[in-house]
Amino acid sequence: MTYVFQQLLNALQVGSIYALIALGYTMVYGILTMINFAHGDLFMVGAFFCFFAAIFLNLPFVPVLVISMVGVALLGVVIERCAYKPLRQAPRVSAIITALGVGLFLENFTLALNPYPKQVPQLLANTTWIFHGVSISSIALFIVILSLLLMLMLDLIVRRTMVGMAMRAISWDKAVVPLLGVPVDLIISLTFAIGTSLGGAAGVMYGLAYPVIDPYMGIMVGWKAFISAVVGGIGNIRGAMIGGYILGALEILVVAVMPSTYRDFVAFVLLLILLIFRPYGILGKPHPQKV
Amino acid sequence: MDNNNIIISVENLTVAYGNIKAVDDVSFEVREGEIVTLIGANGAGKSSTLRAISGVTPYSGRICYGGRDLRNIPAHQIVARGMAQVPEGRGIFGNLTVMENLKLATWQRKDRETVAKDYRRVFALFPQLEKRQDQLGGTLSGGEQQMLAVGRALMSRSRMMLLDEPSMGLAPVLVRDIFHTITEINRTGTTILLVEQNAHMALSIASRAYVLETGKIILSGAGKELLDNQRVREAYLG
Repeated sequence: MTYVFQQLLNALQVGSIYALIALGYTMVYGILTMINFAHGDLFMVGAFFCFFAAIFLNLPFVPVLVISMVGVALLGVVIERCAYKPLRQAPRVSAIITALGVGLFLENFTLALNPYPKQVPQLLANTTWIFHGVSISSIALFIVILSLLLMLMLDLIVRRTMVGMAMRAISWDKAVVPLLGVPVDLIISLTFAIGTSLGGAAGVMYGLAYPVIDPYMGIMVGWKAFISAVVGGIGNIRGAMIGGYILGALEILVVAVMPSTYRDFVAFVLLLILLIFRPYGILGKPHPQKV
Repeated sequence: MDNNNIIISVENLTVAYGNIKAVDDVSFEVREGEIVTLIGANGAGKSSTLRAISGVTPYSGRICYGGRDLRNIPAHQIVARGMAQVPEGRGIFGNLTVMENLKLATWQRKDRETVAKDYRRVFALFPQLEKRQDQLGGTLSGGEQQMLAVGRALMSRSRMMLLDEPSMGLAPVLVRDIFHTITEINRTGTTILLVEQNAHMALSIASRAYVLETGKIILSGAGKELLDNQRVREAYLG
């Protein structure tokens, strides 16, 4: 029983990070029906912003988090304006290939700056409590709580604010939105800013939990988060959150009962099975017919 | 009413999709307080004309609103200048509630206090919408969606309203209701530009009308006049 709780906590920690990144994929898909395959690499850039802000600016955790989130958000907006916006009327596949290219650019640009893995300094004191035999690290707890707070904020923005309303409206019918006086390009930029900033926050949290970072760290984590988004129902925000935790739990479960090398294999098998039986995910709906 | 006060003037408007001219050198104007209708068959260029005025399709020619050239002004800014839209096919957001659909149309408004009054005005006009305000737009019937589309346009508190085939897909009794509402809205001072296939209904409420055929204006005149016109009767009124 103790073991189960211990693993559950680990699953929550990994799942939180997947969920935060998955939100970026799902938000962009919801509004542009495009997969931003550079998003995993934006998560990596977030971890590097964290590293630079901590080492060179010698800042404590909160400013580091803010710098990473804002930095990645700006980068996300610039990428959308320069790389994706000119392709908005182009076939979907052009935008996806461009996104893959942007991802490769980010990886290799970071690699060119310095090829060696980096050690993120310990930004928060880590205490471990033993509670009925379950060891709870303060970092793990912090990651879960901060992630949930960020997700709650996002949920409020999407459900309660005018900007969130406009985002949902665009996901339904982008052509009508400007006819109500709503500036579509601004909303798309804000969507990118919010989605990528959550990826940046995930990068910082990843750096807290697994301090060694490198330019390729975003690839596998990015794919896992993408799977989370698809599992939850791509385009559905709550789905991405649920998908992240499902994938986190699944991975921990796999590692607990099978050799740990099976972990990624099982994640991709899950994606394949899901695509066969429920291609629109857990909370996703088959596309409504618009008249 | 000052009949010389032109609110929209369209000069030599041409809208082309590739080599095909959907609208070919069309000129007309709408004066303050009028109901002007563009009628014509499917593919005559009515909707393309409206889309050009709304700023969502490229065109050549000149479109002025309130004396100012609309070229290069993005669609959402045109709405901000006081041109409300009832889009083709109603354009209701099925994933937003009725209230949210209405609220989104207030994006450009700065006068937050009077917005509440305008919700009441919309609900007074369409009591059914008030009952359904927390329901998703996608759950409404076609008639209710059309009411919501008109209500939503009212929420931007514009002096001009563009309607693209409000009668489409509605039962005759609902069409009469919607046209009655349009005249009501016009009576409170909103200028109306109406695009319609339902020529009979449109002409019966219009101050003036233009008949479009394959991208060109072939006839124009007062609504009642065209209703009695032999050519119009044969082509559109059956």
